[in-house]
Amino acid sequence: MDLKMKFKDKDMQLLLGQVLRAGTIISISIVFIGGVVFLYRHGFSIANYRVFNGVPDFVQHPSGIEYGILNFKGQAIIQFGIILLIATPIVRVLFSAIGFVLEKDYMYVVISLLVLSIIFLSMMSGHAG
Amino acid sequence: MTILVFTIIILIGSYFAGLLGSLTGLGGGFVIIPLLTLVLNVDIHYAIGASLVSVIATSSGSAAAYVREGITNMRLGMFLEIATTIGAMCGAILAIYIPTNLIAIIFGLILICSAVLSVRKKVQVITTEKNYLAEKLRLNSSYPTPDGQTVEYSVIRVTGGFFMMVFAGIMSGLLGIGSGVLKVIAMDSIMRIPFKVSTTTSNFMIGVTASASAVVYFQRGYISPGLSMPVVIGVLLGALTGSKILVHSTSSKWLRWIFAVMVTFLAVQMIYHGLKGRI
Repeated sequence: MDLKMKFKDKDMQLLLGQVLRAGTIISISIVFIGGVVFLYRHGFSIANYRVFNGVPDFVQHPSGIEYGILNFKGQAIIQFGIILLIATPIVRVLFSAIGFVLEKDYMYVVISLLVLSIIFLSMMSGHAG
Repeated sequence: MTILVFTIIILIGSYFAGLLGSLTGLGGGFVIIPLLTLVLNVDIHYAIGASLVSVIATSSGSAAAYVREGITNMRLGMFLEIATTIGAMCGAILAIYIPTNLIAIIFGLILICSAVLSVRKKVQVITTEKNYLAEKLRLNSSYPTPDGQTVEYSVIRVTGGFFMMVFAGIMSGLLGIGSGVLKVIAMDSIMRIPFKVSTTTSNFMIGVTASASAVVYFQRGYISPGLSMPVVIGVLLGALTGSKILVHSTSSKWLRWIFAVMVTFLAVQMIYHGLKGRI
């Protein structure tokens, strides 16, 4: 199939559908596995979500999450799944941008990239404070 | 209360939140946040973080199915996502500086508005009026009906719709809801887009909007894995059940009424606790 000639809105819809589906299934499965591990290890501790203290360090930073997963910490595995879940719609925008390039609809390539940069800016604003 | 018991309670509560949210089209966040804050005494920032994650999951899951049907207007969605993501970023930043009891009050007010709007009688007007921006942005499109016909439609009042979307985005980021009702209003009341297109396109946009604010909550440490895990799994399963029921029953009017009464009750509770400064 000649990708450049034949790529139409219909193909883009199928592609985006697959990206969203795969992203949701993979990330929820990881959250579920992490949940099982978490409950197995901490199920009988006392819950406290009343007072806001932030979350443990190993579920907050990439290096911490990596360390947590390697040590089979349930919360780190859940957090990894949540990151993938948050990334799913963002990856969808990225694929839209690629799709619009293939369709040669450059105005929408710019619009897609603009949405991506707003999300990126939002990410940076979280870091700043 | 042990973590296991807490997790099971949240899982069951989230399941029903997801079920009702999907049956009525209001979304799961509207029930989840009062449940977590009023019943289980969870800090509202954690509740919003967990709710946002579940909003992303349900939106992505159902958008995956809708986008294949060819009803979703991808260009319109993409263009309006500029508005909703800007709004979501502002909302998430605002949420950090606004006192929590004020967030609860705003939540209650938006909840009442959405409940009222979800039961109001809607009249669909498909327009073929020309709008300069809509043509420039190639927003006019068509969608297939179940009996194989194609309905052509035009989009009007693009600027008005855009600003309503900024507002929907702010509410989404501030309150941790998908604000699907506000998005649908922007699209069908202001921009005159057919219902089928506005609901599927709104759903398509909700995930990106929620992600734009979720990244802020994540970095502030408001997304707690132990809390988000049962919320996201419960809401997603509930929403899946809801979509199965919807396929089998045509009328959900009485359901909308029950839900409208229920959410109004929750809304009043949120406002009351907010005014008392207990949230």
